[in-house]
Amino acid sequence: MRKLHEFSVDSVRYLDDHGAPFGELPRQAEDTERVLAAYRNMVLTRTFDSKAIALQRTGKCGTYPSVLGHEVTGTAIGQSMAQSDVFVPYYRDQATHILRGVSLTELLLYWGGDERGSAWQNCPEDLPISVPIATQCCHAVGVAAAMRIRGEARAVVCSIGDGGTSKGDFAESINLAGAWHLPVVFMVINNQWAISTPRSVQTGAKTIAQKAIGAGLPGHVVDGNDYFAVIEALDHALERARAGKGGAVIEAVTYRLGDHTTADDATRYRSTDDLKRAWEKDGLKRLQSYLHTAGLWNPDRETRLQAECKAKVNEAVEAYLATEPEPPTAMMDTLFETLPDALKPQRDRIADKYRGGGL
Amino acid sequence: MSASKSRDVTLVEAVNMALAWEMEHDESVVVLGEDIATNGGVFRATAGLKDRFGFKRVMDTPLAENLIAGTAIGMATQGLKPVAEFQFMGFIYSAMEQIVSHASRMRNRTRGRLHCPLVYRAPFGGGIHAPEHHSESTEALFAHIPGLRVVIPSSPQRAYGLLLAAIRNPDPVIFLEPKRIYRAVTQSVENNGDALPLDTCFTLREGSDLTLISWGASIMETLEAADLLAEQSVSCEVIDVGTISPLDRETLLCSVTKTGRAVIVHEACRNGGVSAEIAASIAEGAYLELKAPVIRVTGYDTVMPYYRNEQAYLPQVEDIVEAAKRVIAL
Repeated sequence: MRKLHEFSVDSVRYLDDHGAPFGELPRQAEDTERVLAAYRNMVLTRTFDSKAIALQRTGKCGTYPSVLGHEVTGTAIGQSMAQSDVFVPYYRDQATHILRGVSLTELLLYWGGDERGSAWQNCPEDLPISVPIATQCCHAVGVAAAMRIRGEARAVVCSIGDGGTSKGDFAESINLAGAWHLPVVFMVINNQWAISTPRSVQTGAKTIAQKAIGAGLPGHVVDGNDYFAVIEALDHALERARAGKGGAVIEAVTYRLGDHTTADDATRYRSTDDLKRAWEKDGLKRLQSYLHTAGLWNPDRETRLQAECKAKVNEAVEAYLATEPEPPTAMMDTLFETLPDALKPQRDRIADKYRGGGL
Repeated sequence: MSASKSRDVTLVEAVNMALAWEMEHDESVVVLGEDIATNGGVFRATAGLKDRFGFKRVMDTPLAENLIAGTAIGMATQGLKPVAEFQFMGFIYSAMEQIVSHASRMRNRTRGRLHCPLVYRAPFGGGIHAPEHHSESTEALFAHIPGLRVVIPSSPQRAYGLLLAAIRNPDPVIFLEPKRIYRAVTQSVENNGDALPLDTCFTLREGSDLTLISWGASIMETLEAADLLAEQSVSCEVIDVGTISPLDRETLLCSVTKTGRAVIVHEACRNGGVSAEIAASIAEGAYLELKAPVIRVTGYDTVMPYYRNEQAYLPQVEDIVEAAKRVIAL
């Protein structure tokens, strides 16, 4: 008998639950400005998140998916990407969108029921939020194939949750990435929960990352609450991808600290003890502790940052609430490049019905 | 090779000619699908393209229809113009989520920031003695989806001109090729890159007593029925709908206003078929001019039978003639 292939999957973490390094940190720790920028984005994201939930609770925003517990992974994605790379998101990527140049007002417009929330001008090639689970994976390989056809040194990051990896779209897409040697990094944010369904029900595989091996890609597991582990894996995978060395799957293990969305109540299916233990591993607090110990942070700076983030979010909320809805005719106006003659009577009907304005 | 030479070609050869022309003249056009590159496609629609344009623009994909549809979307958002082939319409269903939830919506969802200038080609329809799942006509599924165009050629000339138009169109087009007539007739097609208009019916024959409306392979039987009816002094106007969505109601209504009678013919089963939309449009728009009810000649509301019985399912010339005589008698 001959052994044709063998593999192992390592799990990487650098900081303990309290932010103390186990040993030597990766080179990413030397760029203290970048580390501090990461922390600031995590705090801004969390501030935005709690405000968005409050807006929903008071009837000023639609159903909203909390990003609590995803601040580290989302921020690391945003930092690792060059502006010329393309981000193909799922729907819990607020931390990344902010770094890509999507405004907080646009994020609120999207979840507040306005299509203009996806008309991103600062990252015009990024794909919009994708609600149907895992479907974005196929777009990611298409974007990466276009880059490869044109011989560009660019790459794609595609985010997806642990539940999404059970879908054919994920399997088909990582398979194509391997077969065509595409510059795409699949970032699986394993937050343990697909609404109420735990990770253990999604797959019998020990790790999600090992699915990459079957597709001919490297697969890595990192602690998704450890900024250094996540950013190192992403930097490395993206450098490889841009250099024409193919794609990768990174499984970042974290925990969804909030409900699935504002329409969900997670107390129905998970224990408060579990949640309490997950909070003890919170990646934002962990990085904050690290920064304090490293002498890069202090209570004054924290107070100033909190105030800055609140001001930014409040300004975005004001702009969002002051944005007039589109006229109802807008529902027809970007369906096609040019509205077909057959649809013009319907557009006219809408225009006549709402001549004085929207509802 | 003389680029604009006119020659007699079949419908599937016209598809090949249009693909080659557009790939030659627009570097952003790429084709992808199962067995389309080295093999040239199971129906030979993409024969020779890989040799001319290389594997970077002519791509054999893994066997995954959903992936093909979604990959084309990603490519399209990057400014490529993918033409993706589904080997048979019967295998397109796993791609429905990508087509319905993304290709048709990307422009609207992003308020015009991203769009999908792509074509999904699929051979469709029965009559070639194929196995199960290789013979259905489910065009109505796509006609129901806002944001999609559904285009069906019924001759080599229209296959050439409409496919060029579909590729050049900045929005997603479902291009359904009636495989029963892939090689049924040849027609002189000038390879000059001239497109035909989308969203427009083609009036194949003018007449005064009755409007026969059809598309795809059924156009053959419809024209034959018109010949037989002409011998019996019934003057039929024959309209090939061409683009079944969005529908050119104006041409249809003008014709029915003139003739006062309409028979709609399609292979697809009747319930919820595109004929229902056309009949409703005629009822709404030409009620006072109608001299008889609008009659449909269609496949039955059952599963497409295996090939021993497929002719019993498909609308036949005599069915069309019989329906025409019924409305003429009223």
